[in-house]
Amino acid sequence: MISFPILTILTFLPLVGALVILLFLRNDETGAGSARSMALVTSLMTLAGALILMLVFDPANPDFQFKEKMIWLAPLGIAYHLGVDGISLYFVLLTALLVPICIIASWRSVETRVREYMIAFLVLETFMIGTFCALDAILFYVFFEGGLIPMFLIIGIWGGKRRVYSAYKFFLYTFLGSVFMLLALMVLYMQAGTTDMTVLMANPVAPSIQTWLWWAMFASFAVKMPMWPVHTWLPDAHVEAPTAGSVILAGVLLKMGGYGFLRFSLPMFPEASAAFAPVVFWLSVIAIIYTSLVALVQEDMKKLIAYSSVAHMGFVTLGLFTATLEGISGAIFQMISHGLISGALFLCVGVVYDRLHTRDIARYGGIVKNMPRFATLFMLFMLGSVGLPGTSGFVGEFLTLLGAYQVDTLIAALAASGMVLGAAYMLVLYRRVIFGPPAHADATAMPDVDGREFAVLALLAALVLWLGVFPGMITRSMTPSVEKLVTHITQHHSEQEQAP
Amino acid sequence: MSEFGFLDFNLVPLLPEVFLALSAMGFLLIGVSFGDEARRVIPWYALLALLMTGVLVSQVSFDDAIVLGGMFKADAYSGFVKLLIIGGVMATLGLSMRYLEQEHIDQMEFYVLVLLASVGMMFMVSAVNLLSLYMALELQSLSLYVLAAFNRQSPRAAEAGVKYFALGGLASGMMLFGISLIYGFTGSLDFGTLTASMMVMQPVPFAVIFGLVFLLAGLAFKLSAAPFHMWTPDVYEGAPTAVTALFAMVPKLAALALLMRILFEPFAYLVPQWEQIIIFLAVMSMIVGAFGAIAQSNIKRLIAYSSIGHIGYALIGVAAASEGGINAVLLHMLIYMAMTAGTFAVIMAMRRGGRSVERIDDLAGLSRSQPILAYALGILMFSMAGVPPFAGFFGKLMIFQAAIGAELYALAIFGVVASVVAAYYYLRIVKVMFFDEAVLMLDLNVLSGPQRFILACSVAFVLFFILSPSAFIDSTQLAAAALFPGR
Repeated sequence: MISFPILTILTFLPLVGALVILLFLRNDETGAGSARSMALVTSLMTLAGALILMLVFDPANPDFQFKEKMIWLAPLGIAYHLGVDGISLYFVLLTALLVPICIIASWRSVETRVREYMIAFLVLETFMIGTFCALDAILFYVFFEGGLIPMFLIIGIWGGKRRVYSAYKFFLYTFLGSVFMLLALMVLYMQAGTTDMTVLMANPVAPSIQTWLWWAMFASFAVKMPMWPVHTWLPDAHVEAPTAGSVILAGVLLKMGGYGFLRFSLPMFPEASAAFAPVVFWLSVIAIIYTSLVALVQEDMKKLIAYSSVAHMGFVTLGLFTATLEGISGAIFQMISHGLISGALFLCVGVVYDRLHTRDIARYGGIVKNMPRFATLFMLFMLGSVGLPGTSGFVGEFLTLLGAYQVDTLIAALAASGMVLGAAYMLVLYRRVIFGPPAHADATAMPDVDGREFAVLALLAALVLWLGVFPGMITRSMTPSVEKLVTHITQHHSEQEQAP
Repeated sequence: MSEFGFLDFNLVPLLPEVFLALSAMGFLLIGVSFGDEARRVIPWYALLALLMTGVLVSQVSFDDAIVLGGMFKADAYSGFVKLLIIGGVMATLGLSMRYLEQEHIDQMEFYVLVLLASVGMMFMVSAVNLLSLYMALELQSLSLYVLAAFNRQSPRAAEAGVKYFALGGLASGMMLFGISLIYGFTGSLDFGTLTASMMVMQPVPFAVIFGLVFLLAGLAFKLSAAPFHMWTPDVYEGAPTAVTALFAMVPKLAALALLMRILFEPFAYLVPQWEQIIIFLAVMSMIVGAFGAIAQSNIKRLIAYSSIGHIGYALIGVAAASEGGINAVLLHMLIYMAMTAGTFAVIMAMRRGGRSVERIDDLAGLSRSQPILAYALGILMFSMAGVPPFAGFFGKLMIFQAAIGAELYALAIFGVVASVVAAYYYLRIVKVMFFDEAVLMLDLNVLSGPQRFILACSVAFVLFFILSPSAFIDSTQLAAAALFPGR
């Protein structure tokens, strides 16, 4: 298997599909139809490749597998270096799963410039998978940052009324965060003489310079995550993005922030991470409680879910910086689960938006009568978001809190109270949209989900339940890598204490 | 040989310059004698002459040699920069031919002047004496003053020419003053002798530093580094687009190469003194470049500010005062030149009803009417903003890496923040093309074959640079090493 470049193929297959669409399909109606099919086929092939990757992945091995290394920027010693371990594997899978879902979700709702739309999504997929596979810091940066371009276009071209403002805000916010990461990478390179992430992770730099590097990285990942108080781009971007754009934004792009913490902040700067963990904890708790309260008063469905994303990402950062096995596993699990659930919730909003062309919660109500199947699926995702046992949302939050209690009881207690608030705003949303008096005739006349929508939502629902009941499916292959990370961090702490 | 003691030199390293100068004069004669008949062929002959010069450069200019009694030095550094200059000028000519016809200013003098300016620039990068340096600079500048006002019918072009000339003359005066101070206190104009006397004179007399400051101020004007950038937006806007393309691509590269040679050869011992000035120029240029462009509605003015900003980044590399820094500057300028060539091809495609238009809003809806142009410019703009995976990112990467290596942390932080501000206006062009609806369409199929070719090359370079960055970095590294012998 070593010689077969499965990761390169996975990463660049979508790009090849995009090139085929660009070069061989005409820019008209028939071209649009074939672009849809071509994009779907390509993304399904990528999904198949990712599933194969999962099957041949050795779950007992904590190290990077399927490594590929080629000389790339020789004078600087920067290499094209790919590999996956138990942590990145599931991010790759999540991406490969959500992109075809996005393409199916856009089948009817995107009718202008279909060809370009599909190209943008496939290019974005390449950047996303590349981010999760990259083992060279500069390569990581290229993928991490390159994804901004297609997303900028997706929001700006196919978005809602204030799309231009949101697209700018999205781009500039994340760009500003990332350039600090670039500088930090340069400093790391100067200190360590390499940009190979495996080397950097194994040999953290001196604690004295970790502080600044940690903050520079933090600036980048905290914006991407997004953490309170730099989350304000997210509600805007979500509200204006087309449905599929929101799905991919919430489902994958936010996870790049968490993934960055896992790959850079925690292993490369263990001392600084420990020192600043309380800062992260408090920011996370503020995110959980404050954004939940903000979500409670939203009148726009997408905005509400966007704020709930910030709150859920609060659990992720909380879990990550506990540096315990439970906390980190919980955070990763939460990211995967949130990718599925929030993606599904945005799809649900998309379903009703396609029918009534409004996201205003007050315009709906009483639609359980005419949309029973939709109501059932929506309920499932809503409960998953709340963290009901039996859904994947529960596992992530539970593990995270388990990790947090070992470190700081007060923080854990506050975060747990956030779960109650989460239940409050999701239940209010559900009641106002699905139940209640049928106030508007057009809302109660909407047809139920059709076959296409049902298939997508049912698939996600099955996954949410499956992961909720058998979380071991994921944790089994994840645990060795997480254990290795935790051992690495604790080792450094003890060394730190021994050497006065 | 001994009979002509003062002529005791080897002309071989000078061949490319001599050949190009003779070609330019030959074209002038042909043009005057044959008039209109010659007009059609001279552009192609000019391209051919440049190509030949390029071949000659690659043959003779890379070997170390000092000729003309210590006035002229050929080495890998000058050779590399000369190739870039020739490439840039060829791209300009390719872009210009159709444009000059459309604007009814296709006189053969244009080509003669461009070639003479090229000769001047090639001498600039080889000058190792303050006198030859000044003469080369003036040859280049005088040709460019005329070119700026080349469209005689247009008052705006005349204004641009006069403005450029008046301010350029002032800058030349400052340089001369600086040179005379340096000469007065060291007794030498020759770089080698200057280096030696700097080594002996410790501390270096204040007047020499004073002279260096004047010299730098004059060069900063040629570079359009803020606060000596005032002429840039007006000249870029007023001059014919073909000339603006030339201004944006080549003379700055030559001036920067010259600046680096001065700073790293005779004044290498004064790094702490000049580093402050360069940092100041870099910071000012980045500020002006980033914030000045935001309010612009004319695309040529926008590119002018963008070029000021890019000079700011380049100066970061100079301030790093290391081989890596020079390497980064050369790579950055190479990439900037490639991006600019493509950008100007698109600007030349902006015509409506047969007339050239220059407002950014004129690009509205281009992604629908002419998607290929829109994607090309979009890619170029993202590259200019320094967003990976495009070439522009790697230029910035090398620059910031050099800055970090020299521990210029504050400057590096300033640079990246300025690049985010600059991203805003590059994004604006993308926004206008992709997000806005067209009010009026631009003319279709404006570009000629050579213009399309240059656009395609430029975009291909920007897109595919990532596949093999080493191919270019290796050659810039060789060039940089030549300027940093054994240090």
